[in-house]
Amino acid sequence: MSRVIRAIAEPVSAGVLSLGMLAALLAVSGYPVGEALAALWRGAFGSWSVLASGTLVRATPLLFAGLAVSVAFRAGILNIGAEGQLLMGATAAAAVAVTLPASAGVVGLLLALVAGVLAGGAWASVAGVLRQRFGVLEVISTIMLNVVALHVTGLLVRGPLQEPTRTFPQSALLDAALRLPRLLPGTRLHAGVAVAVVCALGLAWFLRTTAPGFRLRMTGANPRAAASAGRIDVARVSLLAFVASGALAGLGGAVEVTGVTFALYENLSPGYGYTAIAVALLARLNPVSAIGSALVFGALEAGASAMQRDAQVPAGMVGVVEAGVILVLVASEWVGRRAGRGGPLNRGGTPRSDPAGPSDTEPPSPTSAPQLSAT
Amino acid sequence: MNVAPLADFLEASVRNATPLLLAALGETVSERSGVINVGLEGAIIAGCLAGLAAATTVGPEAGLLAAGLAGIAMAVIFAVVAIGLAADQIITGTAITMLGLGITSTLYRVLYGDAGAALSAPTLAALPIPGLERIPVIGHALFRQPLPTYLAALLVPAVWWWMYRTRAGLALRATGENPAAALSSGVSPRRVQALAVLFGGLCGGLAGGTLVLAQVGTFAEGMSAGRGFVAIAIVALGRWNPVGAALAALLFGMASALQFLFQALSLDIPYQIFLALPYILTLLALALAGGRYAAPAALGVRPQAAM
Repeated sequence: MSRVIRAIAEPVSAGVLSLGMLAALLAVSGYPVGEALAALWRGAFGSWSVLASGTLVRATPLLFAGLAVSVAFRAGILNIGAEGQLLMGATAAAAVAVTLPASAGVVGLLLALVAGVLAGGAWASVAGVLRQRFGVLEVISTIMLNVVALHVTGLLVRGPLQEPTRTFPQSALLDAALRLPRLLPGTRLHAGVAVAVVCALGLAWFLRTTAPGFRLRMTGANPRAAASAGRIDVARVSLLAFVASGALAGLGGAVEVTGVTFALYENLSPGYGYTAIAVALLARLNPVSAIGSALVFGALEAGASAMQRDAQVPAGMVGVVEAGVILVLVASEWVGRRAGRGGPLNRGGTPRSDPAGPSDTEPPSPTSAPQLSAT
Repeated sequence: MNVAPLADFLEASVRNATPLLLAALGETVSERSGVINVGLEGAIIAGCLAGLAAATTVGPEAGLLAAGLAGIAMAVIFAVVAIGLAADQIITGTAITMLGLGITSTLYRVLYGDAGAALSAPTLAALPIPGLERIPVIGHALFRQPLPTYLAALLVPAVWWWMYRTRAGLALRATGENPAAALSSGVSPRRVQALAVLFGGLCGGLAGGTLVLAQVGTFAEGMSAGRGFVAIAIVALGRWNPVGAALAALLFGMASALQFLFQALSLDIPYQIFLALPYILTLLALALAGGRYAAPAALGVRPQAAM
C-alpha cells in the first residue's frame, strides 16, 4: 500500500516542484506568471481532448524511452542513447510501412513495430559491443550514435525513403491501414499509449519476479559480486540489457511514426531520449512509477507548447525545469544518504557507505570494463 | 598541381579543431582529477551565448572573456552537485547539459526576441604572423588564425608542463588515481577536483566563445551540436594527455573538414555522410585506441564522505 502512495506522491511532488521552478523562472525573466501558468494548464489538462491529444500523446514516447533508460540504469549501464535508438526504431518502422502494400493491414503494422524493436536493439548493441570488446564508455558511444542516427535518418529521407514528389525531406505518409488505431474518436490518442503501459507493467514483472530480471538487477548492483558469488555471466547480461533498452526505445520510435506523425522526418523527436533520463530518475528507475513521471513530463511539454503559443514563453524553459528536477533529485539523494537511507539513484539498493569501497557500487568505469569482458 | 584545395582543407581542419582542443584540454585536466564532466556541452553553449551578448555590447575580446566566465558558472553548478554533494557525475553532467541548452535557448529569446536570427556579432579577426603566414600549403592553417587558435596551441605545452612537472600537477594526477592516498599525503581531493572542474568550465566556455566569435559570428539554439561530447571522446582518444588531445582534436578537425575538400574535388557524395563521418571515426578510433588502459583509476568514482 505504501508503495502505491509513494508511486503517486512522488510524481505529484515533482510536478509541484517543476511548477515552482517554472514560476520562479517566469518571474525572473519578466513574463506574466499567472497568464503563462494558466496557458500551461489549458495546454496540458484544459479539456478531455487536450489531455488525450496533448499530454497522453506526449507522455507515450517519454514512457517508452523512460523504460529504456530505467532498464539500462538498473543493469548499471548509462545508456544516454535512447534518442538515437528511438530514431532508428522510427526509421525502420517507417521503412517497412511505406514498402508494404496497404493490404498488409494489421500484419503490416505489427511488422513495422517489430522492425522498430529490432532496429533500436541493434543500434544499442553497437554501444554494448564497443563497451565489452573495446572498453569504450557507453556514455560517449551512445551520444555519438545519437548524432549518427540523426544523419542516417536525414540521409534516408532525402534519398531512398523520400516522399514521391521528392520535394520535402520526409517519407511518404503511411497508409491508414498501417497506422495504430485511435482509442478515442476525435482525439489523437492512439493504441500506442496502451502498449507503453503494458510494457511498463511487463518490465516491472520481469525485473521483480523472473530469474533473468534478478540477474540483471544483480549485475547492476554489484557486477563483481554477481560474477563471483552469483555465477552470473555479467558480460552476457549487460549486452542483453543494452539490447532490451534499445528495443524499448526503438518500439517508442515505431509507435511515434505509426501513431502520431505517420511519416518519417529528421526532427521526429524533440529530445524524448534526453527527457527520458529525467522520467526514469524521477521514477527511481521503477517501471510502474515511470508511468506517473512520464505523465508529469508529458503534461509539462504539452503545456509548454500552449505556453509558447498563448503567452509567448520560450518552450526551452521547460528544458531548464527538467534539468532542475534532475539536479534536485540527485541532490536530494545526498540528503537521503545523510539521513541513512538509500536515495533514488541507489541502483539495486546497495548502500553507498559500503566499506568495500565506492568502486564496487559504481557502474563499470573504463577501468572495470576489462574485468567484465574477462568473465 | 593546384594546392589551393589542400591549403583550404588544412586551414578548415585547424579552424574546426580549435574549439574542440580548448574544450578537450579543460576536460583532460578535469578527468585527470577523477571527474568526468558530461556537462561540458552545457558550458560550451553557455559560452556561445555569453560570447555573443558581450561581443555585441562591448567587443569581441570582451566576448571571449564573458564566454570563459559563463563556462565557469556552469562548472560551479556541476561542482556543487557532483563534488560537493557527491552525486553521480554522469547524471549530473547530463542535467548540466540540458540546463545549458535550455537556459541559452530561453535567454536568447528573452534578450533578442523571436526574430533574433539575423543578429550578428563582431568577430575576432585573423592575426597573421608576418613571414610565416606565407609558407605554402600550411602557412594559412598555422599562422593566419584568430586569437583562440594561438591560445589553444600555447595551452597544450603549458598544461602538459603543469601536469607533469609541477607539484600541483602531481597532486592532480594523484587525486585521479587514488583520492585516498592523495588525502593521506595532505592533498584535499575535493578541492583539487573542484578547481580542475572549474578550469574545465573555463576552457569549455572559451570553446563556445571561439565558435561564435571566430567562426560562426552569430548564435543559434543548440549550436554547440555535441562538441562537448566529442571533446570528451577526444580526451580518451588522446589518452588523457594534452599532447594526445591536440593530435586527436586535429584528426577530428580534419574529418569534419573533409567535406570542403570533397566539394572542391566535386565528388557527388551526400553531405550527411560527411556530417556523420567525424562521429563514426571517433567511435572507431576509441575502439582501436583501447583507451581504457590509460584512464585515471578513480575516474567517475564518487568520493567518500570523509573527503
